[in-house]
Amino acid sequence: MSKQILSPLPGTFYSRPSPDQPAFKVVGDVIAVGDVIGLIEVMKSFHEVTADQAGTLVAFIAEDEEPVMAGQPLIELA
Amino acid sequence: MAIRKLLIANRGEIAVRIIRAAQELGIATVQVHSAADADSLAVRMADEAVNIGPPMAAKSYLNIANILKAAVDTGADAVHPGYGFLAENADFADAVEAAGLIWVGPKGDSIRVMGDKVAARVAAESAGVPVVPGSDGRIDDLGSARNIALAIGFPVMIKAAAGGGGRGIRIAQDMEEFERLMPQASAEAKAAFGDGGLYMEKVIERARHIEVQILGDGTNVIHCFERECSLQRRRQKVWEEAPSAALPQAMREKLCASAVALAKAVNYRGAGTLEYLYDDASGHFYFIEMNTRIQVEHPVTEMITGIDLVREMLRIAGGEPLRFTQGQVRLNGHAIEVRICAEDPAQGFKPGPGTITSLKVPGGPGVRFDTMLYQGYTVPPFYDSLLGKLIVWDETRAAAITRMARALDELEVGGLPTTKPLHQALARDAGVQAGQFHTRWLEPWLEQNADKLGEESEAL
Repeated sequence: MSKQILSPLPGTFYSRPSPDQPAFKVVGDVIAVGDVIGLIEVMKSFHEVTADQAGTLVAFIAEDEEPVMAGQPLIELA
Repeated sequence: MAIRKLLIANRGEIAVRIIRAAQELGIATVQVHSAADADSLAVRMADEAVNIGPPMAAKSYLNIANILKAAVDTGADAVHPGYGFLAENADFADAVEAAGLIWVGPKGDSIRVMGDKVAARVAAESAGVPVVPGSDGRIDDLGSARNIALAIGFPVMIKAAAGGGGRGIRIAQDMEEFERLMPQASAEAKAAFGDGGLYMEKVIERARHIEVQILGDGTNVIHCFERECSLQRRRQKVWEEAPSAALPQAMREKLCASAVALAKAVNYRGAGTLEYLYDDASGHFYFIEMNTRIQVEHPVTEMITGIDLVREMLRIAGGEPLRFTQGQVRLNGHAIEVRICAEDPAQGFKPGPGTITSLKVPGGPGVRFDTMLYQGYTVPPFYDSLLGKLIVWDETRAAAITRMARALDELEVGGLPTTKPLHQALARDAGVQAGQFHTRWLEPWLEQNADKLGEESEAL
């Protein structure tokens, strides 16, 4: 059964803490509830996106630096 | 050569402001915009609009190649950068001029000198303008930095040479903290600004932020008096006034004369602002930095002097000499500006983009609302939260505060949270009314008055 983690806010999605650092999570990582999976930048303030479900990351639905709407799926878990 | 067609390399309320000035001068306008801003008021008002890229500012409003291409494609002959984005990017200024266009601002080299906080400090000192005690230039190594810290006394500020807008600043209370913060500050400055250079300044406790507006034509410089912006949250200005609530007349003359001297020393062209800290207790002022662009809070100066600063910028860029002598610039009455932002003061200033479901704009004598809002407009989440600036003028400071409270009561922005309740509470505050504040006054006040910052407080 596939599960998705949704963006809590509208803004820009970042899969990395900063441009010169590795991604928070990569495909294949095991994700626990509460893990930070990315950042959403809303009006120049950054908000951590934490996993509300556990599972293995199978795919990024939103790409790094992509504009997203609130409720839009960011990653898919299995 | 007078400007015929102006490209506005910015967005939001300042783009609207610039278009208005251009229209009054008979200048055609080209509004560049990101994909997220296709429905913006500036796009609707401008004669032409060009999409320059995706929502992320780095790919659109900071994309020099796309902006220059838009200028060439539309036949624009000038570029106004507004504030933020590329406004203080010397390489952009040079690129605009290299493309044969007029840059509405100072020469790239002036931006370089005044934009480097250390170089600006050195320029100020050589023009006889007092600076905050600190390092005479960049800090070379921890050893010499330690000696400077001991000499100027704690607390000290560690600042990024390439920083600005309140970013890249750390405060150390003692030597132990200083030694811990120095390497962090350098790494952070390198990451944020591409330049790890640092300098140091003594922390002036209970200082007011006072800044002087100047206009130069490359030869002559005049000042348009000062603004006070001491009410700040996280080093961002919240409430701005002209003139200062505290400056004695003799001090005003000294301060403004020092700003003119420094701007003249660098042959400044265009509108600029010299920022100072003013210590009430000692009566000393210290230059901190210069902003080589129009500022958010410029309207309060316009209200007390009657000079349209953006219009003057366009005239100067078009080759006209200053149209006013210093003696013709008169200070009349008092003006206040508050920043209406899409943030909820009752929830830690959480940003809230969204769609404007209703809008009631205040009016009446002495009231001005500079905004990019219209009913039905969706405020995108990709840029800063400034929705508009409510500005009032009246004969005295007390009357202006009363008028601000009245205008705030009239303002209604439906569909998203705004900082209006904060400003209503400030306008009612005895400390604000007495002008008894400094740059670190507002943050503790916010903690103590958290209960007054919700929309429901309007019922009181």
